[in-house]
Amino acid sequence: MSKVSHKAKKLIVVGNGMAGMHAVEELLDLAPDLYEITVFGAEPHGNYNRILLSLVLSGEKKIEDIMINGRAWYDEHGITLHTDTKIVQIERGSKRVITDDGQAFEYDRLLLATGSDPVILPLPGHDLPGVIGFRDIHDVDTMIKATQDHKHAVVIGGGLLGLEAANGLMKQGMDVTVVHLMDTLMERQLDVTAGKMLQANLESRGLKFVLSAQSETILGTDRVTGLRLADGTEIPADILVMAVGIRPSTELAADCRLHFERGIVVDDSLLTFDPSIYAIGECAQHRGTAYGLVAPLFEQGRVVANHLAELGFITYKGSMTSTKLKVTGIDLFSAGDFIGDDTTEDIVFNDPGNGSYKKLVLKDGIIQGAVLYGDTVDGAWYFQLMRDQTDTKDIRSHLLFGQSHLGDSGHGGENAAAALPDDAEICGCNGVCKGDVVKAITEHNLFTLDEVRAHTKASSSCGSCTGLVEQIMASTLGSDFSKSEKEKPVCGCTALTHEDVRAAIIKEDLKDIPTTMRFLNWQTEDGCPTCRPALNYYLLCAWPGEYIDDAQARFINERAHGNIQKDGTYSVVPRMWGGITTPKELRAIADVADKFKIPTVKVTGGQRIDLFGVAKSDLPAVWKDLNDAGMVSGHAYGKSLRTVKTCAGQQWCRFGTQDSIKLGIALERMTWGSWTPHKYKIAVSGCPRNCAEATIKDFGVVAVDSGFELHIAGNGGIKVRVTDLLCKVESESEVMEYAGAFMQLYREQARYLDRTAPWVERVGLTYVQEQMVNDEANRKALYERFLHSQTFSQSDPWKENYSDPKKRAEFETLTTLGQS
Amino acid sequence: MSNWIEIGHLNDIPRQGSRIVEGPDGNIAVIRTQDDSVFAIHDSCPHKQGPLSQGIVFGHKVACPLHNWAIDLGTGQAQAPDEGNVACYPTKIENDVVFLSLDKVGEKTGP
Ligand code: SRM
Ligand SMILES: Cc1cc2nc3c(=O)[nH]c(=O)nc-3n(C[C@H](O)[C@H](O)[C@H](O)COP(=O)(O)OP(=O)(O)OC[C@H]3O[C@@H](n4cnc5c(N)ncnc54)[C@H](O)[C@@H]3O)c2cc1C
Ligand code: SF4
Ligand code: FES
Repeated sequence: MSKVSHKAKKLIVVGNGMAGMHAVEELLDLAPDLYEITVFGAEPHGNYNRILLSLVLSGEKKIEDIMINGRAWYDEHGITLHTDTKIVQIERGSKRVITDDGQAFEYDRLLLATGSDPVILPLPGHDLPGVIGFRDIHDVDTMIKATQDHKHAVVIGGGLLGLEAANGLMKQGMDVTVVHLMDTLMERQLDVTAGKMLQANLESRGLKFVLSAQSETILGTDRVTGLRLADGTEIPADILVMAVGIRPSTELAADCRLHFERGIVVDDSLLTFDPSIYAIGECAQHRGTAYGLVAPLFEQGRVVANHLAELGFITYKGSMTSTKLKVTGIDLFSAGDFIGDDTTEDIVFNDPGNGSYKKLVLKDGIIQGAVLYGDTVDGAWYFQLMRDQTDTKDIRSHLLFGQSHLGDSGHGGENAAAALPDDAEICGCNGVCKGDVVKAITEHNLFTLDEVRAHTKASSSCGSCTGLVEQIMASTLGSDFSKSEKEKPVCGCTALTHEDVRAAIIKEDLKDIPTTMRFLNWQTEDGCPTCRPALNYYLLCAWPGEYIDDAQARFINERAHGNIQKDGTYSVVPRMWGGITTPKELRAIADVADKFKIPTVKVTGGQRIDLFGVAKSDLPAVWKDLNDAGMVSGHAYGKSLRTVKTCAGQQWCRFGTQDSIKLGIALERMTWGSWTPHKYKIAVSGCPRNCAEATIKDFGVVAVDSGFELHIAGNGGIKVRVTDLLCKVESESEVMEYAGAFMQLYREQARYLDRTAPWVERVGLTYVQEQMVNDEANRKALYERFLHSQTFSQSDPWKENYSDPKKRAEFETLTTLGQS
Repeated sequence: MSNWIEIGHLNDIPRQGSRIVEGPDGNIAVIRTQDDSVFAIHDSCPHKQGPLSQGIVFGHKVACPLHNWAIDLGTGQAQAPDEGNVACYPTKIENDVVFLSLDKVGEKTGP
C-alpha cells in the first residue's frame, strides 16, 4: 500500500547504506507521515548488509541473501529512491542537493550517511586494473570474477577486513599472500600473543604472510602482475586488494564548507554545524571518534530518528565497540583498551596447547578491555561488565574462568558458540538449534536479540541461553550488537531506561500509569505487556499507600492470585508460615480438595501444598474455605515474597544452634504481601549443615553458635548462584532489620524482572555492603521505609477478591448464550 | 443481517480487561480496550489454546497469557512473526449496552 503524500516536509538522505536506512526505519516507526523522504545512493542496489560481503566472497552467501530492503520496501513506505545517483554538491543557502547528472532537489532536513571509502595507497601502479578495495558489491564481484581465471592474490593489510578478504579469496581457490606493515596481525584488536596465535591458525589453513613489510611498487602494465616490497621481494599477484584502512567520506562536507575533521563533526543529537543537516554512520565524527563498525550506527540511527521526528528527548553519548573476525572456525573477541598503561593491571590466562588465551585489562576493578582467543564464550559477559562499569573486585578470583564458573548450570565453558555444530540445541525451552539461529540472522538480517527472539523463539522463554544466542549473533555478524543493560529502553514503547523512568516518577511526582506515559512521551497509547507491569510496580514502590494498583497492568497470575496452568485452570497455594502447618489446616485443605474435586495435591519445593487444576470460577469459593480455616494467599504467583523455608533447628535437631523455625516464621510475617521486582525467597537454617538451602535464596540466614550469617543474592533456578555473604550479626532483631533493609534496597533499586542475583552481580556486593552494612543510618532508613510500605500491603488478596463484588466479577462469566 | 444479542453493560467489562461469554462453540472473550472499543474473539489462542481473555490488553491487541503471542483484536490475526488466526465476532455498543453477534468472522488457523 503506497501512502498518498501530503507530508509537509522534505527529508533527503544521501547514502543508501546501513546507517542511512536504519535511521529511516527508525524514523518511520516514530513519525511515518512527517516527511516526504528521498534517498540517493551511488550504488546501483537497494539497501544491503555490507558486513556480510565477507561471507559472499568466501562463497558462504549469495548477494540475494544479504539484501535488507529491496525496491518494494521503498515503494511501500512512499520513499523515493534514486540508485546509481551520486550527490556531488550541497547548496546550503538554498537547501538543495545536486546530483551527478545535474538535477537539483530541495530539502528541509538533510541526512548525510555517506559511509567511508577504502584508503588506496598511492603506490606506483595503484590505478592498474586488478587493484581494488573491499567495500561494496562491485568490489566483491570483481574479486570473484578474478578467481575464475587467475591464481595469485595479494592482500595489503592484515587487519580485520584484510584477513576476511584473504580468507574469502583462499576459499575461492586462490593462492593468497597477506602483506602487513606491522609485525602482528590485527594489532588494533589483538595483543601480540593473540595475534601470533591467529597467524599460526591462518597459516595452517594455507594463507601466507609477509609481516613488517613495506609495499613499494605495484607491478604490471595492462593489469596488475605483482607487488614489490621495499626489500626487493616480488610477490606475484593477478589481483591486489588494498585493505589498509578506511577514510570517512567527507568530500560533500568539504565542498560546502560544513565543519569536518576526520569525519563530519556532529553533536550529541547527530546534528552537524548546519542546523538543517544531520550526519550518521562512518562519515560522522562524534566526540572525536569516527566509528568503523555497525553497532554504533544503530544507536545513532535511533537518536537521529528521535530528533528528526521532532521529539528530541534522547541523546547519543558514544558507543563502546567489540569485534570478532568472521572467519569460520576462528574464535576471537576483542573490546576496549586491551593494551593498558601504568594505571591498569592485566589478568591473563594462556594455554597455548589448548589454543586458548584470555586477557583482561582492569582499572580499579573495572574492565577496560578484553582479548579472547580460542574460548570466547565469555566475551559477551565481559563486554557487559565493561559497559556497565561493574566493579569486579568481588568476583576477581574467578573472573577469568568466566560466567559459567559463577554457577551457570545451563552450559559449561566448553560450548564455544562458534564451534558448535548447526544441529546443537541452543534453546532447551523451544527446541531451537544453532543452525536455525544463524539462518534467521542472515536471512532476515537481524541485528538485535529481540529480533532473534521474535523470529526463532530462542531465548524467549526462560532466557538461560541468552548469552549463547548473543554469541552466535556476534560470531555471525562480526561484532556485538547487544545493548548495554544500562542503555536498554524498558521496551519498544519508549526510549527511556528503567532507571530514567524510576527517577522521573519520583522527581516529577508522577502518580499513575497514564500520566507517567504522557509525561514521558510514550510512543504507544497505553503501553504493552512489558512496560505496563513495570510501571505499575515502580509506582507502587514509589508511592506506598497512595498509588492505586492497576489490575489490568498485571500479568494474569497476579490478577487472578493463582498460577495459570496450560489448560487454563489455576493452582492454589495457601501460605504455611515457615513451612509449619497443623492438622486443622491439613484437614481444611483435604476438605477443599474433595469439595471442589481438585485433581492434584502436591507438596511443593517451597515447603507447602499446591492444589492444581482449579477452575477460575471456583477460585473465590476455594479461597473462602481456606480463609475460614485461617489460611491466606501464599503469593506463589507473584513478583513478591514467596516462601520462607526453614529447617528443624534448635527446637528439635541435635545440631541446631538457633531457633530457625521461630525466626523463619517471624521473617515471613514481616515480609509477606510485599511486591518486589521479581519473586523473592528466604530461608533460615539452624546450623551450617544448611538443610533449608539458605545459600541459594535471595536472602538466606545460616545460624551459627555465635549468631547469624546473612547471605544474599542466591538463585536456585535457571542459573544456579550461590549467595554472597553479606555480614554476620548476633541477634534475631538484627536479622529482622537487615532482612527488611535488604529487601527495600532491592525493591527501590533493581529493575523490574531482575532477581536479586543478577542485580547484585551488576552493582557488586561491595555496593550493597556500603549501603546497608557500613552505613547504619541508611540501613535503618531502608528498614523504616520497608515497614511503612508493608502497612499497606499486608491484607489477604484472596479475601479482598471474594468479598469485593467488583473484584469478584473477574472470576464470573458475563453471560451464557444458548444454542443459536 | 446480524442477529444482535445483548450481553451486558459496558461497565461490566473493565477497561483494558475482559469478560467471558459462554457461547455455543466455546467461550468468547469480550475485551474492552483503553479507548472503550469492545471486541469479541474466540477465547482460544491459535498457538496452544491459551485463554486470550486472561491476557494483558494493549492498544487493540491482547497478549496471550501462556506464551505471549500478540493477537490483533480487530482481525484475530497473530502478530508477525507468529502465524495463526482466531475467529472474531462483531460487536456494537448502544447507550453503553454491549451487543454481540454470533456470525463469526474468520476461522481459527494455527501451526
Ligand atoms: C510449585 C513449584 C514446583 C513444585 O511443585 O515444587 C514451582 C512451580 C513453578 N515455578 Fe518454580 N516452583 C516451585 C519452586 C521453585 C524453586 C525451589 C524453591 O523455591 O526452593 C525454584 C528454584 C529456586 C529459586 O527460585 O531460585 C524455582 C524456580 C523457578 C524459576 C526460575 C527462577 C530463576 O530465577 O531462575 C521459574 C521461572 C520464573 O520465575 O521466571 C519458576 C516458575 C515456576 C512456575 C510459576 C512456572 C510458571 O510461570 O507458570 C511454576 C508454577 C506452577 C504452579 O502453577 O504452581 N520457578 N521454583 C514450587 C513452588 C514453591 C512454592 O511453594 O511457592
Ligand atoms: C567487507 C566488510 C566487512 C565488514 N564487517 C564488519 C563486521 O563484521 N562488523 C562490523 O561491525 N562492521 C563491519 N564492517 C563495517 C560496516 O559495514 C560499516 O561500518 C557500515 O556499513 C557503515 O555504514 P554506513 O551507512 O555509514 O556506510 P555504508 O554502508 O558504506 O553506506 C554508505 C553508502 O553511501 C553511498 N554514498 C557515498 N557517498 C555518496 C554520495 N555522494 N551520493 C550518494 N551515495 C553516496 C555509498 O555508495 C554507500 O552505499 C564491514 C565492512 C566491510 C566493507
Ligand atoms: S514447575 Fe518449574 S521446573 Fe517444572 S515445568 Fe514448571 S517451570 Fe519447569
Ligand atoms: S497458547 Fe497463546 S501463546 Fe501459546
